[in-house]
Amino acid sequence: MNRGMLWLLALLAAAVMPLVLSSYHVDLATRILIFAVLAMSIDVLAGFVGRTSLCHGAIFGVATYVVIWAMAKAGLPAVPAFLAGVVAATLVAALFGLLAVRTSGVYFLLLTVALGMVVWGICLRWTGVTGGENGLRGQDMRPALLLARENFYWLVLAVAALAAWAMQRFVNSPFGLSLRGIRDSESRMRALGYNVPLHLFVGFAVSGFFAGVAGAMYAFFNEYVSPSSVAMGQSVAGLLMAIVGGVGTLFGSFIGAAAIILLENTVSWYTDRWQAVLGLVFILTMIFAPEGILGTIRRLGAVTRRAR
Amino acid sequence: MGMNSFQLLNGLTFAALLFVVASGFTLVFGLLRIVNLSHGALYLLGGYIGYSTATATGSFGLGMLAAMLGVAAVGLVLDQGLLRFVRGQELRQVLLSLGVALVLNDLALVIWGGDSFTVPTPELLFGAVPVLDTFYPKYRLFVLGMGVLVFVLLWLLLNHTRLGALIRAGVDDPEMVEASGVNIRRVFVLTFLLGCALAGLGGVMGGAFLALYPSADAEILVFSLAVVVIGGRGSLVGAAIGAVMVGLLNTMGQVWFPELAYFVIFGPMAALLAFRPLGLLGRAV
Repeated sequence: MNRGMLWLLALLAAAVMPLVLSSYHVDLATRILIFAVLAMSIDVLAGFVGRTSLCHGAIFGVATYVVIWAMAKAGLPAVPAFLAGVVAATLVAALFGLLAVRTSGVYFLLLTVALGMVVWGICLRWTGVTGGENGLRGQDMRPALLLARENFYWLVLAVAALAAWAMQRFVNSPFGLSLRGIRDSESRMRALGYNVPLHLFVGFAVSGFFAGVAGAMYAFFNEYVSPSSVAMGQSVAGLLMAIVGGVGTLFGSFIGAAAIILLENTVSWYTDRWQAVLGLVFILTMIFAPEGILGTIRRLGAVTRRAR
Repeated sequence: MGMNSFQLLNGLTFAALLFVVASGFTLVFGLLRIVNLSHGALYLLGGYIGYSTATATGSFGLGMLAAMLGVAAVGLVLDQGLLRFVRGQELRQVLLSLGVALVLNDLALVIWGGDSFTVPTPELLFGAVPVLDTFYPKYRLFVLGMGVLVFVLLWLLLNHTRLGALIRAGVDDPEMVEASGVNIRRVFVLTFLLGCALAGLGGVMGGAFLALYPSADAEILVFSLAVVVIGGRGSLVGAAIGAVMVGLLNTMGQVWFPELAYFVIFGPMAALLAFRPLGLLGRAV
């Protein structure tokens, strides 16, 4: 069975899920899909450009804020609000990209932390627009057709599948291949005549676009946004999902998102200390399994193939 | 620039606090190549330890001492217990320290709760004194003095002691230092502990005029990152210049557009990255 068939089967299985799951679990699955898109957008940069970002949670949150603000305060209908959210996130990503392409490695990470926190600080303090600590609440944001949670789930599934396909095409396109070239050796690509900063900038903006798509969907899912949606915790969770799934595997993000969200859900039954558990998972992953679940499976697969 | 001397002093005292926190960060970053994202959490932890000690004993000095020792002890556990597994792998170290930050914050929330605290200052530092053309709180002048003192002590340590010479040599070429028979690991551990202690000291200093609350760590961390991005990795003077710039800009921002104050530190960072990606005094490795 080839890989395409496998993914088609997985998609089918995901599509019939609402028919067998309880409504609570449908919501959980919707959340997993939304965050998988965020994790994939991070993986586009981390796995294929070699730049680990810690501001994608903020880009995601910008889209959420803009969508809810556009609907609750500016009175826009759902579709234009969705688009406005995605555009805003892409613009913020482009602005961040302009700065971030100047750096690499740990400096890149450091800078993205700072940039993400600037967004968080603004959302917290700019009370007139963002509602400050109280956040913004939307009401009846979903169009009538999407009120049933199954319908909303199917739409999110379709968007997530489309986004996954688009990102897969992006990283395997000639442009994506030159990004991988930059990941492996920036100086070589520059010597070959590639415009490295431009490539990085476009890569960052595209990745931010998909984070924005995830954030805009989250707005309709949650109908509420507060500074914690743009805080570092959000970026950390997204990155952890990408890492647990396996950096550079792209579709591993679905596994990573499922693992982290199901863990969060289970832990929350027993204790309020989810942040500590999240931190602990991060520490343990870094020490024991930095390639993540799918990465480890692939490595083991490669080892057995070589042994044969 | 439309700032009165009161605001200027506010900016400078904030800069002094930022310098104390960021100098620890930049030392560790410069020598060990570790971007310690738990630095903010260590600051907050130091503040809480200082608060508890100072309220229990009534002595601000003891509070500072306890915070420095306590946070250095946490640093020792962090370095020997966790970071040793990911030595030499920059990205994994950073992400691990991020995990540590989450855990420490949550622990602090369990122990001290979500209320905001202010470290009690000694009576000696109550009240205000006339400075320039205004009256200014004594305690904030004390913070300014501490910032200058820490700068002088660190400068003396780095430039006039054997340990300082080893640290500077280690920043440039750790293998060469090791090859000349020095146990560079010990220098690394000492520097790391010093960096942590500075975060703890900053926590007490800041905790007495900025208050301590669960997200204070993130706020101080972003300012410290800005200071280091501006000043350059591992540079003490760079950290001082960066701290003054960020401190003054932040105060101006708060005066002119309080809701968007965060945005003003964005400007100098952007400008610097455009022209000097390694920071004002940073050097390529």
